[in-house]
Amino acid sequence: MNISYEGQIPFYQFINEHSQVITPLSDWAQVDKTLTEYYKLMVIARQFDNKAIALQRTGQLGTYASSAGCEAIDVVTASLMSKEDVLVPYYRNHAMQMIRGMKLSDVLLYWGGDERGNSSPAQGEDLPNCVPIATQCLHACGVATAIKIRDQPRATVCMLGDGATSKGDFLEALNVAGVWQLPIVFIINNNQWAISVPRALQSVAPTLAQKALGAGIRGEQVDGNDVVALHQRVEQALQRARDGKGPTLIEAISYRLSDHTTADDATRYRPPEALKRAWEKEPIKRLRDYLHAQGWWQEKNETEWLQHATQQIQESVDQYLDTPPQPISSIFDYLYAELPAQLSKQRDVAVSRSQGESKKEAQS
Amino acid sequence: MKTQEAICMVEAINLALHRAMQDDADVVLLGEDVGTNGGVFRATVGLKEAFGMKRVMDTPLAENMIAGLTIGMAVQGLKPVAEIQFMGFIFPAMEHIVCHAARMRNRTRGRLSCPLVIRAPYGGGIHAPEHHSESTEALFAHIPGLRVVTPSSPQRAYGLLLSAIQNPDPVIFLEPKRIYRSQNQHVEDNGKTLPLDTCFTLREGSDISLISWGSMIKETLEAANQLADEDIQCEVIDVATLNPLDRETLLASVGKTGRCVIIHEAPLTCSVGSEIASILATEALLDLRAPVARVGGYDTVMPYFRLEDQYMPHTDQIIDAVKRTLEFS
Repeated sequence: MNISYEGQIPFYQFINEHSQVITPLSDWAQVDKTLTEYYKLMVIARQFDNKAIALQRTGQLGTYASSAGCEAIDVVTASLMSKEDVLVPYYRNHAMQMIRGMKLSDVLLYWGGDERGNSSPAQGEDLPNCVPIATQCLHACGVATAIKIRDQPRATVCMLGDGATSKGDFLEALNVAGVWQLPIVFIINNNQWAISVPRALQSVAPTLAQKALGAGIRGEQVDGNDVVALHQRVEQALQRARDGKGPTLIEAISYRLSDHTTADDATRYRPPEALKRAWEKEPIKRLRDYLHAQGWWQEKNETEWLQHATQQIQESVDQYLDTPPQPISSIFDYLYAELPAQLSKQRDVAVSRSQGESKKEAQS
Repeated sequence: MKTQEAICMVEAINLALHRAMQDDADVVLLGEDVGTNGGVFRATVGLKEAFGMKRVMDTPLAENMIAGLTIGMAVQGLKPVAEIQFMGFIFPAMEHIVCHAARMRNRTRGRLSCPLVIRAPYGGGIHAPEHHSESTEALFAHIPGLRVVTPSSPQRAYGLLLSAIQNPDPVIFLEPKRIYRSQNQHVEDNGKTLPLDTCFTLREGSDISLISWGSMIKETLEAANQLADEDIQCEVIDVATLNPLDRETLLASVGKTGRCVIIHEAPLTCSVGSEIASILATEALLDLRAPVARVGGYDTVMPYFRLEDQYMPHTDQIIDAVKRTLEFS
C-alpha cells in the first residue's frame, strides 16, 4: 500500500489557561503595548455584551447574540485587519465591527430591529451580519474573487461558528477558495455549541480545521482564548492572503460563555461543570492575569478603564435609544435603486396609514 | 461577430455578453462550462478567448456556490453575470438569491447593493432529460427585490440582457430555450438597451388582448395570425419583465379590448398569470366584457419528454380560448 496523501493540523498556544508562557514569545509580545490594547478592547466588548443583554431583558433590544467567550478571536483579528481588508461576519462579531469603525450605537440599532444599523458609511465595504448559517462563506469568496480579479493587495476575513462547518456553503467555499487560490482567511469560532447541539454531534472529524485538507488548503487550530497565538496565526494568514499566496482556515477553540442568544436557555442542555471549566480558561481573565504578572496592568488601570468603558457604552446606548424609528416609506425606498411604478401605490397607502396613526396618537 | 446576417436568440445573447464585457470592465461571467466549452447551449462561446480567464470563470460544479459568489462580487462593485445551466438546477441557489441578493440593498439601506444577473435557460419542448424543462418563473417573481425578465426574440434578448446587466439590482434572466434557435432576426450590435419593467406590444388589435411571455409568444403570435384570417384582431403583449409588472400597458390594452387571454407554459396555480388575472379583476373589472381566460400548463409535474408535447399549451388551445372569450356576452 502507498499513502496517497497525509495531512497534519498544527495546534498553536503561547499563553496557557494558567496565564503561563509555554511557547517562546515574539518581540511584539514581550512589550506591553499591543497586549494591553487587546485587553482594553476585550473589556469593552464584554461590557458592551453585558449591557446589550440587560437592554434585551428590559425590553429595549430585540433578540441578541452574545459575544461572551469570543472576545480574543474578534479583537485580535479585527485589530490585525487593515482598513482595505473586508470583513464578512456572521452574527456574533460585534467587537470586530466596533474595531472596524462601526459605532456601538449602530450595533444596538441593528439588534434593536432597525436596518439602519447596517447602513453607516463607517462600515465601508464590510458585509452586514449574516443570519442564514454559513452563507457568508460564499459571499466572502465572491468578495475575494473580486479582489483577485482586480489584483489588489487586500484580504477577506470570513467569520463562522462550528455549526456552520456542517453546511455545504462552508465546504463549497473552502473548495472554491482552494481552486482559485483566493485571498481569504476563514476563522471558525469553535465555541463548542450550535444552539443546543454540541461540537461532537456536528462532525466526527477530530478537528474542524482538517476540513481544509479536503479542499487542499491550509488548515490549523489555535487556542481561541490566547491572544498571542491568535495574533501570530491570523497575522500570517492575512499576509499570505494579501500576498496572493492563497487561503487559510483557522479553527479557533473557544467556549460560548452565554446562551446562544437571549432567546435561548442553555441550562436546558449545557452541563454546568463544563461552563465552570470554560470560565477558568476564558480569554479576558487569562490576559489580565498575564498583564498583572508582567506588571503592565494594575488595579488602578482596571478601575479607570472600566469607568471609561461604562461611559462609552452608556453614550452609545443613549444614542441608540434616542433614535426615532424609520418612516414606513423606507421599506419601499431601499428595495430597488428606483421605486418601480407598481409599488408607488402601496407606498402611498403605507405612508397615509402611518400618518393616520400618528394623528390618532396626537389626539389621544 | 455576426451583425450583418440574421441571428438566433442564443447568438443574440452571446452578442450582448460580448458587448457588455467590451463596454464595461466590471462585467464578469461565471458558471459551469461557460469558459472553454462556451456554455452547453453555446451562449458564452468566444468570451473566454476575448476577455480571458479572469473575467470568464469556469466554476466548480455547485449552483449554490455560483449564486453566493455573485453576491460577494456584486457588493464589491463588479457586475457578475452567472449562468445556471438549467433552471431545474437553480434551487440550491435559492437561498442566496432570496435571502441575500434580493435583500442586500434594503438591509443595508443602500450602503451595499447586488448588481448581478443570473441567467438560466428554462421551459420545455426540447426533449431534454428530467429536471431540464420546468417553468418556475413565478417562484422568483414572488420575491420582493428581484427583477424577473424573459425575452421572446433575438432582438429583445439582446436589448433586455444589456439592460439587465446595467441594472443596479439583481435580475433573474430566464431564457426560453425552446426558441433559442427557432427564429432569426437582424440584431444590430449597437449597445442599445430595451427597457425593463415594460411590456412590449408585438401586435395591435382591438378585439382581444393576448398576454404572454417567453417561448409561448411563438404560439400566441401564430394564434393571432390565424385568427386574423377570421377577422378577429388580437393585440399581443409580451410581458417581458414578470416582476415588477408593467400594469399600465396591460390595463390600457384590456381597457381597449375588454377581453383577455393569458398564455404561459408554467402551471396555472399561483402563476404570474394568476397575478395578471387578479390585477385585471381588481383594476379593470368595468372594462372587462368577458372573464379573463388562461391557457397554461397543467398543475402537474412537468412530464418527461414523451408526454411533454401534450403538456405544453398549443396554438389551437389559444384559438379556442379566444373564441370562447369572444362568444361570452
